[in-house]
Amino acid sequence: MTVLFYIAGAVAVIATGMVITRRKAIHALLYLVVSFLALALVFYVLGAPFVAALEVIVYAGAIMVLFLFALMLIDAGRAEEARERDWMRPRAWIVPSVLSAALLAEVVYLLARGGVPGRTAAGAAAAGGAAGVGGAAGEAAAQVKAVGIALFGPYLLGVELASILLLAGLVAAHHLTVDLDSEDGETAGAADSGAPGRTRQKGGRP
Amino acid sequence: MSAVDPVYALGLAGVLFVLGLLGVLVRRNIIFVLASIEIMVNAAGLAFLAAGARWGQADGQVMFVFILAMAAAEVAVGLALALRIRRRFNTLDVDDLRKLKD
Repeated sequence: MTVLFYIAGAVAVIATGMVITRRKAIHALLYLVVSFLALALVFYVLGAPFVAALEVIVYAGAIMVLFLFALMLIDAGRAEEARERDWMRPRAWIVPSVLSAALLAEVVYLLARGGVPGRTAAGAAAAGGAAGVGGAAGEAAAQVKAVGIALFGPYLLGVELASILLLAGLVAAHHLTVDLDSEDGETAGAADSGAPGRTRQKGGRP
Repeated sequence: MSAVDPVYALGLAGVLFVLGLLGVLVRRNIIFVLASIEIMVNAAGLAFLAAGARWGQADGQVMFVFILAMAAAEVAVGLALALRIRRRFNTLDVDDLRKLKD
């Protein structure tokens, strides 16, 4: 188990180091996805399968999609063909593939072993016998239940505040981006390369 | 108790946090700055989880859920601001945004 933690942690550190040193933002974002996946595996090994799933869904899924869409809107109008050609070069994808393959090997190993054995004394006993899968799954379910009870019991006010925070974020994001086009028209003289880039993007799309 | 020593998890969280901090300090592209902030927030969540695993409590995971909601709201507002900055100043370099100073 400790070996899995070390491998996933090393992958997370390497991928994070690549994130802050890449020159192209899209490469950095792909390394960031690998880093989040590695951290999800670290969470799982630490005994938090629910949070590991949340990390994959929210961080590696939703937040990364947000980043990619923003990048697409920001960089619209540059030379896309050169970028496409750049994608096909091995040095663009070989390192993320190796890192992701290491994570995949860990997940397959964990699934073959039937969860994380030795997390608690009961888990270790279950893993020692033949009922490792059932023991690990039952323990994980009990832990998720404990998290849910804590979330909607003593932390109920925090949940409400988090929902208000998310609503505020939604309203702010909408307010900041709703009149981008009208502002574009006002400052067309100052930012003259912005508007042609946008029209080129509209025209170039089939 | 966890099979992994929580001290190592805390060390990993520290390393990741320092990497994110380096990213904020070194990079000047606003997209990289936002990504580095995400790395730092994630490292803080890892520290919470390691502490929760050490004491066998669910509170660490609850805190991570809150951190998750905070990060989602923060990145939505941050990226909206980045789009706005790009449209208005036609740059993503945070060093170019010195209108308030001049």
